[in-house]
Amino acid sequence: MMRRLLPKRGVLATMFAMLLIAVWFIQLPASAASTAHTLTLDMRQFEFTPGRFEVQQGDTVTILLTASDVVHGFYLDGYGIEQRVEPGISQQISFTADQAGKFRYRCAVSCGTLHPFMIGELVVNTNFPFWRALAMLGVSLIGSLVYLSFGAKQS
Amino acid sequence: MTTVPRADTQHRPSPLNTVLKSRLFQPTLQLIALFGFTLAILTGFFGTPAGSRNFGIVFVWIVWWALLIIVLVPFFGRAWCTVCPIPAPGEWLQRRGIVQRTPGKLRTLGKRFPKRLKNMWLQNFGFLTIATFSAIILTRPNISAGVLLGFIVVAVALSILYDNRVFCRYVCPVGGFIGLYAMMSPLELRVRDCQTCREHGAKDCVVGNEKGYGCPWMVYPGNLTRNTYCGLCFECMKTCPKDNITLRLRPFGSDLFVAKERRLDEAYKAFIMLGCALVYSTVLLGHWGWIKNWANMDSLPHWLIYAVGLWVFNLALIPGLFWVTTWMGRKITRANVPQRDLFVSFAYTLVPLGLAAWIAFSLGFVFVNGSYAISVISDPFGWGWNLFGTANAAWTPFAPQLLNFLQVGILMIGLMVAVNTAYRIARQHHSVHQQAFAAMLPIAGLLTLITGTFLWLYLG
Ligand code: SF4
Ligand SMILES: [Cu+2]
Repeated sequence: MMRRLLPKRGVLATMFAMLLIAVWFIQLPASAASTAHTLTLDMRQFEFTPGRFEVQQGDTVTILLTASDVVHGFYLDGYGIEQRVEPGISQQISFTADQAGKFRYRCAVSCGTLHPFMIGELVVNTNFPFWRALAMLGVSLIGSLVYLSFGAKQS
Repeated sequence: MTTVPRADTQHRPSPLNTVLKSRLFQPTLQLIALFGFTLAILTGFFGTPAGSRNFGIVFVWIVWWALLIIVLVPFFGRAWCTVCPIPAPGEWLQRRGIVQRTPGKLRTLGKRFPKRLKNMWLQNFGFLTIATFSAIILTRPNISAGVLLGFIVVAVALSILYDNRVFCRYVCPVGGFIGLYAMMSPLELRVRDCQTCREHGAKDCVVGNEKGYGCPWMVYPGNLTRNTYCGLCFECMKTCPKDNITLRLRPFGSDLFVAKERRLDEAYKAFIMLGCALVYSTVLLGHWGWIKNWANMDSLPHWLIYAVGLWVFNLALIPGLFWVTTWMGRKITRANVPQRDLFVSFAYTLVPLGLAAWIAFSLGFVFVNGSYAISVISDPFGWGWNLFGTANAAWTPFAPQLLNFLQVGILMIGLMVAVNTAYRIARQHHSVHQQAFAAMLPIAGLLTLITGTFLWLYLG
């Protein structure tokens, strides 16, 4: 009799799968306040300084780019910004951080051996993609455990 | 164990069957691959030192690597070993022939490979050694070419000393992890009917006959229960007079549940692969410039600290953490299963998670740097050629948002398969559901923690 009351494993799996997808696509409101940030970002083989900085979604960001050894480039994932920087000649870029999440900036001019791995991180808070991924992690774990315990009782 | 249905792909005589049985099949693929491999070595030595403009670097570490870990291994298991050019020259020398079956025995010095080395340990240490130098090997065309050439030299040397593919089976650092992760693939080469093998005294698949050679991988097909050590050379398909060898489709990861074959050296392969995926994601794709420079040997002391850290992390820290976790599960259940058995068994849960992690990591640089392949194909040496008119194609990272989405999805699948694997392995040690469930809970926790770490590295 008890068995009737428990959902089938397949139903359970589908429910959790749908929950997983829902979590990823859920739309969260962007924060409204906007601050202006100005910073200097220096590039040398094979690192950016700062290697990581955080702003709030909606903030305007102005970066003064400098190169302290050879020619480098600044490319920002997701924002499509690209700027070549020669030593001694600083360049300025500005943009509005309108998308939330972590965006890597990479060297865009071949500058030596580790050039492809010359990477920095801009985090636009609130970092919804990351929190959503963690929520999915929870759903995956709990879903798997529930699925396993139900399945065994039924068989 | 074999209760899951298998779909036979070999309805005899099928076109696939004819192709696989042809003696031309493997050498053709190997020759094509050998051409690419030779080009990679030549461009590495004589082409531009700028890695991203060099065919050797771009086609080996981006194109080949992505193809291997994202497509070939997860879906076709050891299929790369069918094609691989590295052991080919040595094997052709042993056989004194490339296509046809040359009569007589293999021409080698007939030495015996030490019994103590007949396992994955050499491959484990080989992989770690390469990993220790990876920042250098991945970015210097000439050093990279030297390593590739070194592989061929060692493979030829071993095939002069010993019969068969001793290099592939016990030495090749790539072959080790392909074997481990090939357990996940939905494709398997097996015998149709074990009874037929038992009753067949001549064992042509082992000793060879006029149609083909005895198994170069030193495997007896009649006993095959996993993909790990079968190099998919299809010699047995050619030699078996009973037509008893077949390729089948099966559920992903079936080999993980073959309890009797589990071994400590394979468990360590799983630790090392997972550990290296974590290290690479941190060092190469992270934002910590100083670690990159240490890995890149900016000074010898720095690099030494990095190297020692890498080895301790992979050989002591990860296995230690895993040991404690299995011990906890054992305490919870108060089960009378030897701790070592549980430790080795549960290590196989890291196979699906590790493979998922490697795919996620590899997508991370393939999406970003894949476009180099377009320019390099037109100018492999970086000498200003423009063979196909694409030499000036710009570096364009591909869809970063899609990248995150795929990485999260793959890691989630990896985690769920791993937790499910943990439970099924636990059931092999504990017949009672409650006990098995309790024993795997700490493992599930650890697997989640590891997945969370990857998420943090990629998105956090
Ligand atoms: S084991 Fe290594 S050398 Fe042998 S075929 Fe596979 S990848 Fe190639
Ligand atoms: Cu640079």
